[in-house]
Amino acid sequence: MSVSPEAKTLPQTTENPTKEVLKEFWYYFSQNRGAVIGLTIVILLILMAIFAAFIAPHNPDIQYRDSFLVPPVWQEGGKSAFILGTDAVGRDILSRLIYGARYSLYIGIVVVFIALTGGIILGLIAGYFRGIIDTIIMRVMDVILAFPALLLALVLVAILGPGLINAMYAIGIVLQPHFVRLTRAAVMAEQSRDYVVASKVSGAGHLRLMFRTILPNCMAPLIVQATLSFSNAILDAAALGFLGMGAQPPTPEWGTMLSEAREFILSAWWVVTFPGLAILITVLAINLVGDGLRDALDPKLKRS
Amino acid sequence: MFRFLLGRLGLLIPTFLGVTLIAFSFIRMLPGDPLELLAGERGVTPERKAQLMKQMGFDRPYWEQYLTYLADIFRGDLGTSFASKRPVLDEFLTLFPATVELALCAIILAVSIGIPLGIFAAIKRGTIADQAIMGTALVGYSMPIFWWGLLLIILFSGVLGWTPVSGRISLLYYFPSVTGFMLIDSLLSGEKGAFISAVRHLILPAIVLSTIPLAVIARQTRSAMLEVLGEDYVRTARAKGLSPFRVVGLHALRNALIPVITTIGLQVGVLLGGAILTETIFSWPGVGKWLLDSIGRRDYFVVQGALLLIAGIVMFVNLVVDMLYGMVNPRIRHH
Amino acid sequence: MGILEIKNLSVEFDTVAGPFRALDGVNYSIDPGEVLAIVGESGSGKSVAMLAVMGLLPNTATVTADKMMFEDIDLASLNTSQRRQVIGKDISMIFQEPIASLNPCFTVGFQLTEALKAHTSLSGSQRQKRAEELLESVGIPNPKGSLTVFPHQMSGGQCQRVMIAMAISCAPKLLIADEPTTALDVTIQKQILDLLLTIQQDSGMALIMITHDMGVVAETADRVVVQYKGRQVEEADVLSLFESPKNAYTKALLSALPENATGDRLPTVQDFAKELTDAGISLEGVSK
Repeated sequence: MSVSPEAKTLPQTTENPTKEVLKEFWYYFSQNRGAVIGLTIVILLILMAIFAAFIAPHNPDIQYRDSFLVPPVWQEGGKSAFILGTDAVGRDILSRLIYGARYSLYIGIVVVFIALTGGIILGLIAGYFRGIIDTIIMRVMDVILAFPALLLALVLVAILGPGLINAMYAIGIVLQPHFVRLTRAAVMAEQSRDYVVASKVSGAGHLRLMFRTILPNCMAPLIVQATLSFSNAILDAAALGFLGMGAQPPTPEWGTMLSEAREFILSAWWVVTFPGLAILITVLAINLVGDGLRDALDPKLKRS
Repeated sequence: MFRFLLGRLGLLIPTFLGVTLIAFSFIRMLPGDPLELLAGERGVTPERKAQLMKQMGFDRPYWEQYLTYLADIFRGDLGTSFASKRPVLDEFLTLFPATVELALCAIILAVSIGIPLGIFAAIKRGTIADQAIMGTALVGYSMPIFWWGLLLIILFSGVLGWTPVSGRISLLYYFPSVTGFMLIDSLLSGEKGAFISAVRHLILPAIVLSTIPLAVIARQTRSAMLEVLGEDYVRTARAKGLSPFRVVGLHALRNALIPVITTIGLQVGVLLGGAILTETIFSWPGVGKWLLDSIGRRDYFVVQGALLLIAGIVMFVNLVVDMLYGMVNPRIRHH
Repeated sequence: MGILEIKNLSVEFDTVAGPFRALDGVNYSIDPGEVLAIVGESGSGKSVAMLAVMGLLPNTATVTADKMMFEDIDLASLNTSQRRQVIGKDISMIFQEPIASLNPCFTVGFQLTEALKAHTSLSGSQRQKRAEELLESVGIPNPKGSLTVFPHQMSGGQCQRVMIAMAISCAPKLLIADEPTTALDVTIQKQILDLLLTIQQDSGMALIMITHDMGVVAETADRVVVQYKGRQVEEADVLSLFESPKNAYTKALLSALPENATGDRLPTVQDFAKELTDAGISLEGVSK
């Protein structure tokens, strides 16, 4: 492939404009206090997941036989060794929550990866080639969207068998149509732009046009959608875990922990409260970042 | 308008066929032999199996099976539940009113609180009130509703003892089902306290199920209002010397509702998905719990039937919403 | 004594980058029955000034003035509900984008009778009748049928006629027209200007015409105010302005008229950069 002359003028090929764009982006992003708080929490969560082995006071799987359902330390009967208490088989809840962060982030990353790659490829193909391929792809996506996400994920897991990995595949497939629609719409909007026409005229091939020319210019909505899908994935995976169709015990996945804790809901509130709180905080932090990204990346909403 | 609807219907037919194909493939994609799965743990003898295979048509080519399946659907035959030996459609129709009652109450809550909150936040843009409302909405939007339900049970049933933990009405009351909606039936029954009992059973599940739609509707209303408030026609309305109530509540809101209606329509899927979780937590005898229980006991004809019916309902409601959208949007109505 | 008297009007906007002064100490005075044109390019603050009079600026704007009198009403001292008694009735305004300025969700008749409902004691059927007359007076064919039509079913020119009908529905004493012809086809522009002038002459109301088009000024105005970057650079009656412009910017603006083009290229204001700088006008921006 010969170097096309207009490649020099594309924004992503020169370094300084990229830096400028990033700087401008950070300016708008940091204006949003909620987004900065969300980002801080997300970074802390990532650190917590990476260094879980160092931070967690206990091994998450060890069952302390003398300490079943110990309440949190500040409540009567609490033990200083178990800050957030223990569960029904004597495992330290705090340590399980810290290790659980690994699963949630892992779920988010894998699911978004599946949905994003699949969605981008199908969306590019549909938007770029149009015609019958487009129709088929979009109708298939319509079919997926006709089912409530959780229902379809449940059924897919029933086919694939319960488990964390299968739950992630299922959620990835369910979330994919949003990326397909976004990519397709962006591609169709970009395709008539001058720079694409210029690339075409200078003889760029299909693949180069799709991935090097068009795709970088429709990244903004995809990034926002990826963030929102990340939090959706965590929620859905936790829901599957809660229903017994996701990660299986004794995995310290937060939804699975909740499912194990259900029978103690009226006797040991802490077993139920903390895993859910962990899910809520994580999802909330990611959604805060998502809102901030949307405001910073979407020029339509930028404050003048 | 007519052509707009016709276009929507045209898109619906291939989608519905796709849905039937998924429901059809579901049973055949399950790992292992469909019959052994359907027979459950007892297993079957080889002779009986061969007989059943033939009886159920599993020995014929797939396309033939699919056509038979389609024909069955149009006759209203969605198979039989292995657990109850009753037709899937009958079971569904018995349980569906409970889910509809719950979902309707949830969406009414979500709309009647979400839209005013969104309008208020948009008018007070940038103030503490706006930030508080939008912050709360984001928390609601991020809520794992199964946990939220448990939390409410701990608080209102456990600590305060205000609400019952499960079911639709206290066992003290018994009356025949007329409409299938407990709120209405309990009133019709004339039994003292029955209606109050039904309300107390309904309130927590309805709040839980409404949480995410409420947050989404409030956020969407706010952003639609903000967009509309900057439009030229709002300035024109102000220039006429109209009251702020009329400018915002009539000129702006009427336009902002157009995208909000689409959003409300999209919540139907969220509600039905959420119903699986909510009904499970509160032992609410609706289709969500039925579906999950059926997956648990491997009653796959039920799962297949429910898959088809729920997707069909989502599609139908979306069509209705499209119609509403066309009706509130003069640019489509008077084409 | 003029119908509208404004002294030392300034408007400042709060922006992310700090306060921005969009209008800096301008004066206007218009007599009953007079046509005043306010001319300038975009950013000259000509619309901002009139939106300030109407009270239609966003919350981020701070308006200050030594004097802001409409007849014997001090506009600056009115609260919002008192101002609503005046605007739409005695002072009304039409805008640049006629299609976007009409609400797409309501019929022409509904929007036309709204101001009547707010400011007059006419009954429903009287308002209906008045609306019909108004549409007829602005030259809408089939006025009765047009009442039930939605804005998107009309052309841009027709929408502007409807806007004019709305603006004059309560017989205002002052009509402000903010670039009323800019968004329209050239052939329609002339018709709308003629319509505005006819109405102005028949009713004897005062008319403020905001425009960037010297051609429009020449055709319509009695008196002209020229603005640049939020400041007033010249005020004169229309004849003396065209014959002997005093300010360098006005001269530059007049030279940019197509009629005055010499050679194959149209001069722009930028061509007069040196003269403007000499006259103390910076093209980089007066107030930043």
